Amino acid sequence: MEHKNKITFSRRNFLRTSALASGGLLIGFNFLTSCEEAIVPPVDISKLNFKDFNAFIKIAENGYVTIFSPNPEIGQGVKTAMPMIIAEELDVPWTHVSVSQGALDTKNFSRQVAGGSQSIRFGWDALRQTGATAKQMLINAAAIKWNVDAATCSASEGIIKNTNGDTLGYGDVVNEAAHLEVPENVNLKETKDYKIIGKDAINVDIDKIITGKPLFGLDYKEDGMLYASVLRPPAFGQILTSYDASKAKALPGVIDVITIGEKARRYLSQDKLDPSAHWSVRLSNTDKVVVIGKTTWDVIKGKKAIKATWKEDSLVESTALHDNELLKILDGKNLETRREDGNIDKAFAEADNILERTYESPFLPHNCMEPMNFFANVTNEKVHLVGPVQTPEAAAKVVASLLSRNLEDVHVDMTRMGGGFGRRLYGDFVYEAAEIADKMKQPIKLISTREDDMSLGVYRPAITYRIAASIKDGKVTGYSLKEAAINSNMYGLIPHFFPAGAIKNYKVESGNYQSNITTGAWRAPYTNFLAFAEQSFFDELAGVLDIDTVQLRLDLLKNVKDGEDSNIQYSAKRMTDTIKLAVEKSNWGNTKDGVYQGFSAYYSHNTHVAEVIDITLKNGLPMVEKVTVAVDCGIVVNPTGAKNQIEGGVIDGIGHAMYGDFSFKNGTPQDVNFNTYRLIRMKETPIVNTFFVENDLSPTGLGEPGLPPAGGALANAIKAATGQILTKQPFAKFLIKHDAGLKV
Amino acid sequence: MASYNLKINGKTVSVNVEEDTPLLWVLRDELNLVGTKFGCGIAQCGACTVHLDGTAIRSCSIPISSMEGANITTIEGLADEKLNPVQEAWKELDVPQCGYCQAGQIMTATSFLSQNPNPNHKDIRNAMNGNLCRCASYNRIEKAVALAAKKMS
Repeated sequence: MEHKNKITFSRRNFLRTSALASGGLLIGFNFLTSCEEAIVPPVDISKLNFKDFNAFIKIAENGYVTIFSPNPEIGQGVKTAMPMIIAEELDVPWTHVSVSQGALDTKNFSRQVAGGSQSIRFGWDALRQTGATAKQMLINAAAIKWNVDAATCSASEGIIKNTNGDTLGYGDVVNEAAHLEVPENVNLKETKDYKIIGKDAINVDIDKIITGKPLFGLDYKEDGMLYASVLRPPAFGQILTSYDASKAKALPGVIDVITIGEKARRYLSQDKLDPSAHWSVRLSNTDKVVVIGKTTWDVIKGKKAIKATWKEDSLVESTALHDNELLKILDGKNLETRREDGNIDKAFAEADNILERTYESPFLPHNCMEPMNFFANVTNEKVHLVGPVQTPEAAAKVVASLLSRNLEDVHVDMTRMGGGFGRRLYGDFVYEAAEIADKMKQPIKLISTREDDMSLGVYRPAITYRIAASIKDGKVTGYSLKEAAINSNMYGLIPHFFPAGAIKNYKVESGNYQSNITTGAWRAPYTNFLAFAEQSFFDELAGVLDIDTVQLRLDLLKNVKDGEDSNIQYSAKRMTDTIKLAVEKSNWGNTKDGVYQGFSAYYSHNTHVAEVIDITLKNGLPMVEKVTVAVDCGIVVNPTGAKNQIEGGVIDGIGHAMYGDFSFKNGTPQDVNFNTYRLIRMKETPIVNTFFVENDLSPTGLGEPGLPPAGGALANAIKAATGQILTKQPFAKFLIKHDAGLKV
Repeated sequence: MASYNLKINGKTVSVNVEEDTPLLWVLRDELNLVGTKFGCGIAQCGACTVHLDGTAIRSCSIPISSMEGANITTIEGLADEKLNPVQEAWKELDVPQCGYCQAGQIMTATSFLSQNPNPNHKDIRNAMNGNLCRCASYNRIEKAVALAAKKMS
């Protein structure tokens, strides 16, 4: 996407302004439509009217600016980065800007989703325009005051100037500006003139975070609020038959024990579910036992005291069954073709040599540090919901339907989220909270323990890939990728990712096994494992072809003509530049003795990333020492935030590739807390050095794309050090101890 | 139910709770000190870290019955007028992503630095290994502990 300085939006209805009773200017705009994922800017926003505005810029009479942002913050940094873009074009010092979580308008919002690394990418044009339009209004107001042509005035750092040398602060003209027409066709800044974008801005919530102020969903309280803990079936495939709550009810802090589930079943039995809400639904058809108590501890204890019996309602599945079913899909003939170029069968029939590998991954829980929780209060007047959810819009719709209420009655307030990683896209805990509050007629807070969280079930599905390449006369002539996954398959343009377009005969196919274990998006869905499989495969392929692994990628990229195939959105040029930057910064191929390097490059979420991992061997096992990351995400809005996302994504990718292991036995998750489920810890972390490709292209997201290449780079480094080819995650489970230098 | 007296962030408080209630839930539910976080409930993640006489402990796994008269500091009591050097370092290096685990990280780091004011790289990694950060902001946590040590010396 080109970086544009003029955008042909109709601003007539895009922005609305009004004077504040207390003095000052209020500018309303739609933060969320600005970030609509389904439409590519320029967006037709001429149909908007005032009620569609959900974000506001307030400019006070002292010139200080408050930006009310309703965008969900899960740790990806948009609550800082998005207002930076507005402030840049508004042209105020960043120190004069404060950011508040906007009051949420569940009646009118349109895209209030944190997911897919898309907030910055889609907000870019509209946010700049919002700031620039506000700035022009202030200039126009000053020009009227001075009785000069606005074209002769300029503004910078919150100060308006004219050619006579007069100056006015923004605050001096806000009341006049509030009564002016909203101007059209304002100019946007040139990249070289940026003063805020491209400079480090510290997380706007930093002070609250480091001093322990209430900020997260779990911290939210109201007077008279009771706590609720939900007992769900221990295994997928089971439903409740009966329960004995006598011991729980005898505990002093337990107020009541109830069941829920009736409303969920009625919702699921509807002929037609609202498609815009349905994707976030993870409701089950069983009754659940809910302990209501005065404190969190009361309900944790109360739940343990419940004696429940369960019966099998559908198949209780085990990991061995999944592994077997996924391999059967790959061996079978019922795969769906997702992309096909040339003639793959001919290429393989004529090959001198064929390389084929099968890669297997387990399920993974998200394990947000803040366990799932939500506040709900259902009264005759309204349904009030407060907490951490990535999809408040869908949650409101489902709750309205569950409780047979008008959508206008449902109000969702969002809190900061203690991690998302995809888990909070699914609102199951919101619906449970609403059903409990409806039954109790009292405000309640649904809480989950870690055990609830790891077993209540939305997981990255287990996925198996089989990749094959045909080689003829020392060249790759064909490439076949087959995906077998639990419940659903790779989405969107993933079948068109590299090496689509680079290999003449190319085919991607997929199939799935329908399981009753609930699965969903997990940071960088599908590509979090696919990238490992492909990037490991390329490494091995380079060995078969006897060329440098980086050179193999660069050679293949030469076959791609950017822009020729609209499905292919990665850019060969940008990927090549990114790879070259990683090679340069990592000192690729020139390391000290005892240091082994692995390379990986992957495009996802519109961002190009290349990584080189340096490892050493200690007692025959790999120690990850350093990761060099090159990233092309276009203009870097907030470098400190951007680097934080990459550092986190890379270490998260290494951690899960190395240790993430999650299995089921007869429908029951085998790990439910951190004593047996291993997450990466500080001692296992490498130093991550991030470098950005410098360009003037529109910014793209960073929450996810750092993660996918990490597993492949690590596997390739381990292969370089020990000769072991890892095809299954987690690596720690399959690593063979090697003595240093004992290369196969 | 029983009554317990504790000194929390310099103030004496009295709570009337079940004797097996972990300190964490006394802080969060009874005293409204919600800066101390719940992560795992089994002392594995460090989100609930507070100080007992300056030493880091896991509040999720210590029953209130063993805390009578204890002198507890939580994240809310760490800064008086201004931030402590650990908090300052956290801010300077823009450590948090989601931020949920950071109170526990800061409590662990503060206690560690009071015992080892001049740590090397390995000491820091050992000391902070018990605190999980799911966003994996580990590089910055490590640097911030080193920076805090520098600020304190």
